Amino acid sequence: MTSLPASTAKKLGLVIDLDICVGCQACATSCKEWNTQGVSAPLSDDKPRSAEPMGTWLNRIHGYEVKEQGQSESRIVHFPRSCLHCETPACVTVCPTGASYKRAEDGIVLVNPETCIGCKLCSWACPYGAREYDYPTGVMKKCTLCVDRIYNENFEPEDRLPACVKACPTGARSFGDLGDPSSDVSQLVAARGGYDLLPDMGYKPTNKYLPPRARRDQQTFAEALPKSDGSALEKLFAWADKLMTSAKASARANETDLSDRLEG
Amino acid sequence: MNPAYSVILFTTASGAGYGLLALLGLVGINHGQSSSIAFGVTATVLALALITVGLLSSTFHLGHPERAWRALSQWRSSWLSREGVAAVLTYPVALLFGLIWSGIIERPEWIAVLGIACIVMSAVTVFCTGKIYASLKTIPQWHNDLTVPVYLVFALATGSAVLMAVATLFGRFQAFQVIFTAAALIIVAILKSLYWRSIDNAIPRFTMGDATGLKGNVRQWEVPHTNVNFIQKEMGYVVARRHAEKLRNMVMVTLAIAVLASLLAWLVTPWLSFGVAVAALVAAAFERWLFFAEATHVVNLYYGLDKA
Repeated sequence: MTSLPASTAKKLGLVIDLDICVGCQACATSCKEWNTQGVSAPLSDDKPRSAEPMGTWLNRIHGYEVKEQGQSESRIVHFPRSCLHCETPACVTVCPTGASYKRAEDGIVLVNPETCIGCKLCSWACPYGAREYDYPTGVMKKCTLCVDRIYNENFEPEDRLPACVKACPTGARSFGDLGDPSSDVSQLVAARGGYDLLPDMGYKPTNKYLPPRARRDQQTFAEALPKSDGSALEKLFAWADKLMTSAKASARANETDLSDRLEG
Repeated sequence: MNPAYSVILFTTASGAGYGLLALLGLVGINHGQSSSIAFGVTATVLALALITVGLLSSTFHLGHPERAWRALSQWRSSWLSREGVAAVLTYPVALLFGLIWSGIIERPEWIAVLGIACIVMSAVTVFCTGKIYASLKTIPQWHNDLTVPVYLVFALATGSAVLMAVATLFGRFQAFQVIFTAAALIIVAILKSLYWRSIDNAIPRFTMGDATGLKGNVRQWEVPHTNVNFIQKEMGYVVARRHAEKLRNMVMVTLAIAVLASLLAWLVTPWLSFGVAVAALVAAAFERWLFFAEATHVVNLYYGLDKA
């Protein structure tokens, strides 16, 4: 049924910390690896070793250069993009077959590959580019929040996490119930000012992004170099440094002379 | 948006089919069985054939055409599903209408009711088609008040042009048909110019900064993949501005040719009605192609577009 549940018992989702994501693609590759054999199988590839490889991925990591106001230097922000499991997703309501649905128990948005007709309308309705059409199998694929891991009782409790969260080496991805204000993820969002992507679209994303922290200071690189404190010990080292630099310089000059002579 | 040829063929052919069916309904209400049986049956069959060709071609772009029947289930929320339901319901109505007109079912008193039903079902189906596009907030050029009216009037104009041609074939050409067709074509041209003005003057609602939520000047630094993906293939298609300008002119010129040909059909020979029909359908196909090619999906903000 593509009509949305009035409310969901839980709002499971991800919190992505843009301050510490290093853009290593570990989340993307572990997502691909898990989901090409899990409930989403297969995530097909087309000519993967050709000059024009194409394939279905559920998680894409962008990079943006951001220059904040009043800053002379810009910074790079790595930006993972996947399904945000919106509270009122248009991708679900536009589906003509009921293959797309939002679960009432935990809010996860899923596609049933047995009933999807591959009309692609859901991908048109999503502003976040979360859905990718799998050409060889003719159905739409999307993030399942690793629904086949998070409830999997064959796994140790610490492994019952989405593959991307489990794989992230910097801890930039957190998983939890964003509908519960006391959960770790909700508190993280509250503490760091987590935000929605394109809130004006009105789809109420569940996943939240934590903004990059403010730069520690306004120093440029030159200003940030250590400064002399004028102590006797520092003067001694400065004298030794100067002595060694000039010794090295004269040695280098001698080498040059020698080579000149050899060539002559 | 990448123009899907199957969808262009679908909306052009079935649009003309529904327009033709609606106008036949009008003729049925007016004349009942006093109109020629051969004309009525041929035109009804042609309308259903155009609709069927369109619907079949629309299933070509599905990943699983054999599951298309499932699309009838979600009419509560989905305009695509509503369109499917309306399209399927139109068949028995049109068939019954044709059977009564032909006299196979001898219930002449029902023809007016079924004529009205044909008009309503055709209008509802084309309305749903337009709504599929107009309801997508992710594509500002489609999420426009003129999208649905253009679909409706284009269906009427192309249907009317086809009706003129069929009427000519059966010696039933009338000046009234010229006036109706020309008026519908002129309304299409007016609505379409208003639409183009509207999308040209629209102020983009979102920036790359809104899409990423990042503060300051945001610039694309690195794309996530080396080759294009589905998102870019499907949503990233943008027609060059100069090319679009040329195609807009072509739509207008073919519409003008259709209007001119309809007047000449009246003044010189009714056989020019066939030219009117061809020109109107060509204009519709060009317009549909542009409708896709000029549409910019918001997701492109993640792939380097500044504003959408």
